[in-house]
Amino acid sequence: MTLRTDVLLAILGMALATYLCRAGGYALFRALRPPRFVEVMLQHLPGPIFIAYVAPALATQGARGFVAAAAVVVTQATTRNLAAAIAVGVGAMWLLGLVR
Amino acid sequence: MSGSGVSFTLNGALRGARAAIPLVVGTFPFGIVVGVISDSKGLSLLETLAMSALVFAGSSQLLALELWTEPAPVLGASLAALVVNMRLAPMGAALAPWLDRLRGLKLWGTLATLVDHSYAMSAAEQRRGGRDAAYLLGVGLMLWAFWLVAVGLGHVFGAVVRLPPGHPLYFAATATFCAILVPVWQGVRRDLLPWALAAAVALLAWRAGLGAPWPLLAGALSGASLGAWLELRRA
Repeated sequence: MTLRTDVLLAILGMALATYLCRAGGYALFRALRPPRFVEVMLQHLPGPIFIAYVAPALATQGARGFVAAAAVVVTQATTRNLAAAIAVGVGAMWLLGLVR
Repeated sequence: MSGSGVSFTLNGALRGARAAIPLVVGTFPFGIVVGVISDSKGLSLLETLAMSALVFAGSSQLLALELWTEPAPVLGASLAALVVNMRLAPMGAALAPWLDRLRGLKLWGTLATLVDHSYAMSAAEQRRGGRDAAYLLGVGLMLWAFWLVAVGLGHVFGAVVRLPPGHPLYFAATATFCAILVPVWQGVRRDLLPWALAAAVALLAWRAGLGAPWPLLAGALSGASLGAWLELRRA
């Protein structure tokens, strides 16, 4: 049960940044109307965030990463069940690891 | 009380908490994944629970953990949390009909529990004519409590099983984000070009040797900017 200073600082930094988004967003957007571009950009942010993470993560895995990712997307789209989609992705990676 | 009377009662909080139970089932596997990854990055159970309690935003936690280094990346993790959670900023403003009637701890405390699900549930409750702002807090606290349980269980599981590096189970983090992308996708016209740019910029930055979180930040901000620019040009 350790609590290291560097880890605690990182956690507090994340917590502060997140609270700033939660409360600061409310305070700021109530005080002044954000420019239209900022408003629309925030609506567009979620997709590019996750794509920008996933693309390099898959590239390090090579072809089997992309195959497993496709299996995840198909499962999520057909079942709408997050647990099933994650399980299929891990299962696909395990199978593809055997093939290699 | 006038017609616009907004209340903040225990009853409202309990109603929110009950309404959140089906959501708990949906977020539980996500919490388990965060716990397992947190263990694999060397965070103790206490550190993992502290992060989950104080940050309480799953995708930013998972993303920060994926970028984790030794010693802990204070600036990188904070920046990642800022960018991933920026989407929460307009949600509080959208709930203004409730929040504007609250003061002090009720207002700033309730805002601390705001997540995508509690926003969506409360926006629906508002449309139904709901006037009890504690509903938002109730949904948030219920999700928060079970978030800690799920992440804690995941961490304990990871510590017991002691998976070797490169184990297929670690693909769960990437798989989670691939799955999250599915409901976010709103069609070729809106999303194809921005998402393609985000991927290309992130890959280029990564290939150029830029460390975390810069490929993520560059990809996310360029993609979202292109999306906004295209949408405003069409309008």
